[in-house]
Amino acid sequence: MSPFAPILVSLAAAVLILASGRRANLREAWTLAAAAAKFLLVLALLPPALAGRPAEAVLFELSPGVRFALRADALGVSFALLSSGLWILTSVYSIGYMRGLKEHKQTRYFASFAVCLSSAVGIALSANLLTFIVFYEILTIATYPLVIHKEAPAAVRAGRKYLAYTLTAGVVLIAAAAIVWRAAGSLEFTAGGIGGLAGAGAGTIKALFVLFLAGVGVKASVMPLHGWLPTAMIAPTPVSALLHAVAVVKAGVFGALRVVGFVFGPRLMADHGLNMVLAVFAGATIVLASLLAFKQDNLKRRLAYSTVGHLSYIVLGAALLAPTAYAGAVLHMAFHATMKITLFFCAGAIYVRLHRENISQLDGVGRIMPWTMGAFALGAVGLAGLPPLDGFISKWYLGLGAAEAGRTAAILLLVGSGLLNAGYFFPILQRAFFRPAKEKVEGKGDASPLLVVPLAATAALSLILGLWPDLGARFMTLAKTAAAAVFGGGP
Amino acid sequence: MSEFLLGHYGYWLVFVLMALGLYGMVVKRNLVKKLIGMAVLQVAIIMFYVSTAVKWEATIPILDPALGASDPARYISPLQHCLMLTAIVVGVATSGVGYALVVTIWNRYKTLDEGELLERMKDDGDSE
Amino acid sequence: MGILNNSPALPVLILLPAAILIPLAGLVRERLAYHLAVLSTGLAAAVSALNLAKVLEGGAIHYWLGGWFPPIGIEYVLDHLSAFIVLVVNVIAFLVILHSRVLVAREIPAPGKHVPYYAVALLMLCGFNGILVTGDFFNLYVWLEISSLALYGLVAVGGKKSAVAAFRYLIMGTIGASFYLIGLAFLFTSTGTLNMADMKAVFPHIAGQPAAAVGLVLMVVGFGLKMALFPLHGWLPDAYTQAPSSSSALIAPVGTKVAAYVLFRLLFFVFVPEEAGRGLPVAQAVGWLSAAGIIFGSVMAIAQKEMKRMLAYSSIAQIGYIGLGIGLANSFGFIGAVLHVMNHAVMKALLFLTAGHFRMRLGHSRIPELDETARRRMPWTTAAFSVGALSMVGLPPAVGFFSKWYLALGTIDRSNWIFLGVILASSLLNAVYFFRVIERLYLVKSGPKDGESESAVSEAPASMLLPVLLLAAAIIVLGLLNAFVVKGVLQAAVPPGMT
Repeated sequence: MSPFAPILVSLAAAVLILASGRRANLREAWTLAAAAAKFLLVLALLPPALAGRPAEAVLFELSPGVRFALRADALGVSFALLSSGLWILTSVYSIGYMRGLKEHKQTRYFASFAVCLSSAVGIALSANLLTFIVFYEILTIATYPLVIHKEAPAAVRAGRKYLAYTLTAGVVLIAAAAIVWRAAGSLEFTAGGIGGLAGAGAGTIKALFVLFLAGVGVKASVMPLHGWLPTAMIAPTPVSALLHAVAVVKAGVFGALRVVGFVFGPRLMADHGLNMVLAVFAGATIVLASLLAFKQDNLKRRLAYSTVGHLSYIVLGAALLAPTAYAGAVLHMAFHATMKITLFFCAGAIYVRLHRENISQLDGVGRIMPWTMGAFALGAVGLAGLPPLDGFISKWYLGLGAAEAGRTAAILLLVGSGLLNAGYFFPILQRAFFRPAKEKVEGKGDASPLLVVPLAATAALSLILGLWPDLGARFMTLAKTAAAAVFGGGP
Repeated sequence: MSEFLLGHYGYWLVFVLMALGLYGMVVKRNLVKKLIGMAVLQVAIIMFYVSTAVKWEATIPILDPALGASDPARYISPLQHCLMLTAIVVGVATSGVGYALVVTIWNRYKTLDEGELLERMKDDGDSE
Repeated sequence: MGILNNSPALPVLILLPAAILIPLAGLVRERLAYHLAVLSTGLAAAVSALNLAKVLEGGAIHYWLGGWFPPIGIEYVLDHLSAFIVLVVNVIAFLVILHSRVLVAREIPAPGKHVPYYAVALLMLCGFNGILVTGDFFNLYVWLEISSLALYGLVAVGGKKSAVAAFRYLIMGTIGASFYLIGLAFLFTSTGTLNMADMKAVFPHIAGQPAAAVGLVLMVVGFGLKMALFPLHGWLPDAYTQAPSSSSALIAPVGTKVAAYVLFRLLFFVFVPEEAGRGLPVAQAVGWLSAAGIIFGSVMAIAQKEMKRMLAYSSIAQIGYIGLGIGLANSFGFIGAVLHVMNHAVMKALLFLTAGHFRMRLGHSRIPELDETARRRMPWTTAAFSVGALSMVGLPPAVGFFSKWYLALGTIDRSNWIFLGVILASSLLNAVYFFRVIERLYLVKSGPKDGESESAVSEAPASMLLPVLLLAAAIIVLGLLNAFVVKGVLQAAVPPGMT
């Protein structure tokens, strides 16, 4: 099964969506069909990845000596599964959201979404840095129409800020790749690090590290490069949900995992002390983002800062240079997604149903929208790292890895930020469930089923994966396989 | 020093002419004067080439029965002259195009002074 | 085919008689001028393709005018470099001429001027082809002047200000050509030969003399002016802006590239110093001036309010990339520069042609007045423009990314971090001025007053859309398949001795 198939499926869907712009139901059918097909095609790549013989597809050369190539290894399949799987749910949710608000330019929205997912899977399955960069940049451009969707002046400004950050990062990444190519003679992602890099001078390695940190750090929202993310919350909630909690930012941390594990490699990172620098940035981001989350009254902005913090969990996991921590990072990439997307779906449902965006307006919402706030509760508990949700599992592994690496500071950081998470989420629950509603609300019941079913599904998913982390997509095994590859030198 | 100046007086004359031509083309504000400068520059270049064709005690490059064809040092080099025939033609063509443009500019703006032209052009939009 | 033995001369031999026949054909029926122009450029493009195939197969082709061998006779040579650039020039020219019928009719109001327009355009293309194939320095001057005079004419048929722009270009262009001629005088007098290959053999004997250095520098300055190398670029913004859209689309992708080709020849193939692989300081000076030009052009483009002028300043910056590659004087720099000749030709042709569409349908190309009327009524044109813009910014897999990639590799090989920074920073500057236009096209609502005039706006006719869409498709396809071009043609074109 060629790794190209899932990428092409949603590109084809994008064309079909543009062509059926006038007939909304047909257009939406394309999205749903493509999402289902894509997930199944990625699922087919799972067994080879776990068996240690990843499916490969090698096309023509992009540059003499570097081919346009895909390789579905454990790390890549993990990211591809999570984004394609969640796309199915987000598509259903999008339909409910867009129709509920009678949004404009829906054709552009769904077509851009399809291209974004193509590029996300392309990023996941890239076999070398050049292919990675091609898809990374396509993702940047494909998300722009989604960020500026509302076309209000604030949205346009947010789009400009987004482009300024991401295009700069892209350019920096190109420089980094060019230097790697000349220094190491290879751009192929190699488990344990590209061999040729070991011979490069210390100055080159350090310069490369800075460039890569800036290049992937923007999408991974490592502070101080995170500035675009809270501003981009102006986009419609399904956009925020998938892209900024799942695809775009996850592409960033995925890039970080690739760079640490498959470009530099643990030994090179340790030799030059790069892991300490990375850990410091990640740690600072975790603390600052958690603190800043307290200040936000706008619900989506609070979720954005929470995302910034959690993304740095993943970066920290990579920086710890321990197999269990790396596995924890890969797990958190997937598990944070299920929880965060639940929270964003809830925020969107609240907006559609009650037109409220701020936390201070959420008094008593729990009684009006029990399913929504119930799901929110599950997601919040999981993000704080409590069992039986999947957030506990990934955090546990991160903690184990920190112990393995002997970094007690990291353990304290994880525990402390868990408390902070609780600190900024639980008041929301308290308001929703334990305070009386301030005003009369029209209509009865929760938001439309098109909105509630997806959010209940992701909440349930968080719970199920928390109890059986290896169910279905086998995230646990994938994470362990990826870590073993990086630290043991394998497929 | 005198050898440097007087021995190469041909080159110095050509150099002065070139400088005058360039001066006219660049500094003068009147368009026709610019074209005159261009002509002076082109003539200077032509002179330069032709002057390099001369040899001591050599005659024009048309076969002289008395001299025969055995010794090329008796005839000056014809190549530069041929090249410069082309260059003269090019100069004429360029001047022709230049003056045609000058006529057009006069018809449109009624001035041939560069400064005045820029003033009168200010109100026109780009490629209207 | 026996005729292909004369192949270097063929493009010239096709275009020159066509240029002469067009006025005659135009006397019979005016329409014939356009058809003859399309036919001859198409034929020239086809022949160029066959030539390139032949060169790839069997190496350089030599043609001796009149059967006189060098160094006495004039020879025409097609090696990998010139065959490649000839193909690019002729294909782009074919597409632009194919496109031009409607635009020429609209933008050149005087009825009697259409026929001479095509004749002059073909003369210019003939001149460009001549520059590209000739192996003789004075022959180069002749073709240079033929193409330049025709170029001045093409610029001058625009609006009111075009005659002044053309005049300014004439003055500066003649200075450039004259400098070249003076430089040639020095070199010819010192070496006694006009043939390029012969000059390469003889030059080491005179390499230390001041005359040789001055001659070379004068030649480089002369063509640097023609190439719009910073700070000799002054003629370009006005010339590209005031010329009619068809002329801009014909000149901008092609004209400066031909001058760049001459610099390639001079600095890498003919006057290579003994130290193999390192350019003369001349090449490095070209590199630094180009770096300045890149920044200057990009910054000035941001300040422009009219689209053609913005594209003109952008062209100065893009030519800077090619000059930067010259300055690097290593194989990646060379490959990046030559690839950019092709890439920029395709991108700029597309951008100027779409600007022409906007001017034709909207009546103007002023950026602050653009709004989504353009996108809604001219969706294909806007889409093609967007593809061109994204490519200029350097987003993969469009073609613009790859020239920057190879140039970046070249700068790393030379450890020239300033050049690397310039290349990358300019991508971001390009993004600023292109996204400004894209934002207006996609996001700015058209006002209520435009309701009635808006219905007058419609998509460009098919004859104009077809070349534009072909160019847009080429941007993606040539980008993805750039390795074929690099490995197949460009790596073989790298001058001997360059690392």
